[in-house]
Amino acid sequence: MAHDGTARRAEDSARRAVVAIWRIESARIVATLTRYTRDFTLAEDLAQEALADALAQWPAQGVPRNGAAWLTQVAKRKAIDGWRRQERFAEHVAAVGADLERAQDEAADAVPWDPDEIDDDVLRLVFTACHPVLSQQARVALTLRVIAGLETTELARLLLVPVATVQQRIVRAKQALAEAQVPFETPPRAERRQRLSAVLGVIYLIFTEGHAATAGADWMRPELSVEAIRLGRRLAALQPDEPEVHGLLALIELTAARFPARIDADGEPVLLPDQDRRRWDRGAIRRGRAALARAEGFGRGLGPYALQAAIAECHATASDFASTDWPRIVAAYDALEQLAPNPVVRLNRAVAVAEAEGPAAALAIVDALAGEKALALGHLLPSVRGELLARLGRDEESREAFALAAERTENARERAVLLARAAARR
Amino acid sequence: MQYMLIMRSDDAAVAEYKEIPFEQIIEAMGKYNESMMEAGVLAAGEGLSDASEGFVVDFSADPPLVTDGPYGETKELFNGFWILDVASKEEAAEWAKRCPLGPGAKLEVRRVTGPEDFPADNEWVQKEEGWREEQAAKKAAESPGGSAA
Repeated sequence: MAHDGTARRAEDSARRAVVAIWRIESARIVATLTRYTRDFTLAEDLAQEALADALAQWPAQGVPRNGAAWLTQVAKRKAIDGWRRQERFAEHVAAVGADLERAQDEAADAVPWDPDEIDDDVLRLVFTACHPVLSQQARVALTLRVIAGLETTELARLLLVPVATVQQRIVRAKQALAEAQVPFETPPRAERRQRLSAVLGVIYLIFTEGHAATAGADWMRPELSVEAIRLGRRLAALQPDEPEVHGLLALIELTAARFPARIDADGEPVLLPDQDRRRWDRGAIRRGRAALARAEGFGRGLGPYALQAAIAECHATASDFASTDWPRIVAAYDALEQLAPNPVVRLNRAVAVAEAEGPAAALAIVDALAGEKALALGHLLPSVRGELLARLGRDEESREAFALAAERTENARERAVLLARAAARR
Repeated sequence: MQYMLIMRSDDAAVAEYKEIPFEQIIEAMGKYNESMMEAGVLAAGEGLSDASEGFVVDFSADPPLVTDGPYGETKELFNGFWILDVASKEEAAEWAKRCPLGPGAKLEVRRVTGPEDFPADNEWVQKEEGWREEQAAKKAAESPGGSAA
């Protein structure tokens, strides 16, 4: 019946409105509730329950004028009901009484949080979601759910795991935070740098998982990378005085700028030298360069993300592969190596050396890396070796190297590319 | 996905806007922009100066005719834009609704196209394909060793 169709469409559009408002407001709602209940785990539960209520009620009752206020009020009411059931109301009223009264007086239209406090609370929430007591997997899941405001089903789809697995990760993460009695705070000065780098690490992990899918048939999951970029921009707004926050943002914007050229019309990956640079996203390059300039502007030297961003900038500003400023890239890799010796960095440096000085010099570097544990099982070393050997005309060895690389990668599309390279050397 | 919010105001709205202290407008817009920056959605955005300072290039004539002044009728002039990285059309709508504008002003919201919008059999894509193959062939001829890692 036509009427049913209209009703269903209205219901669907209300449901999508709930999801959209949640995407925008989840962090502030959960931060507000954490401050209110003094318990992140409870706050997250309450927020999820309020979200479920909205999904059930808004399609029938219509979308409220201020969705965030609605969700926050519903969650606060649930907190009060819970305390009443546990007969702990008096205890909590004593603690949060003033806030409670204020909450009840609030008009439904008003912003349900204190604008002067909310940014600090959201930042505390970011540090909580990326806390070192959590596994990387748990940090990723919690950050995407609480800060980025992804629904569980959407989160499962993007992480390529079943919904039950996501739910389990979230539950365990919250248990771990509760058991460790992690306080709702920005880290003390002594831990600050390390904790911030954990946050940056989570955002970068989300980004790389989106642009170089380690498993599965897809070469890229750009939606996941876009989430990381949004998180990076958000962090840059919350922590504008930290150069590496801008360095990370620069790196992911500049890397994402190449996405439109990374896949051809048949969905096959196109590597950097063969990419059509006219397809690169100029807006993203502009944003990435602005963020890098900001990181450089602190004048304190560049951190590892900013250095990688500087390398990405060399690519972004070169009109083609051959005219790239390879010596500058080699220098950036040298600086990276100075900060933190890392065989993967040395391997990438070798790739730049191949362009700056030729394949023989590069091959010597690569062969010196053969004993490195970090590279022993991956496909990177043999795939770079295969390329260099090919350039040196050592076809048989090149083919073997590509075949080994193909065997080692877990990404189906990448394997196809490597096998094709091996076949081309016959 | 990206959406563009295109600000359009009619004459009455523009006149009314001139009544409001400039500082107040700057503050309201600043807060709006800041909220989008803080959410990580703001990809670009610019305001445009008065349409009377602009000019129009009309391709009905050959060579194209350049006329000073605003484009067409002055109702619903294009005054500025934002480009947002959002997860859905609904999220774009939610941000648009928060814009501090009053009666007479409208936001037109359009999705920004990406490479996925252009079919592989499109004439221009094919031309580009051909150009790329040519370039690749040229490169292969220049360096018999093949491409880089």
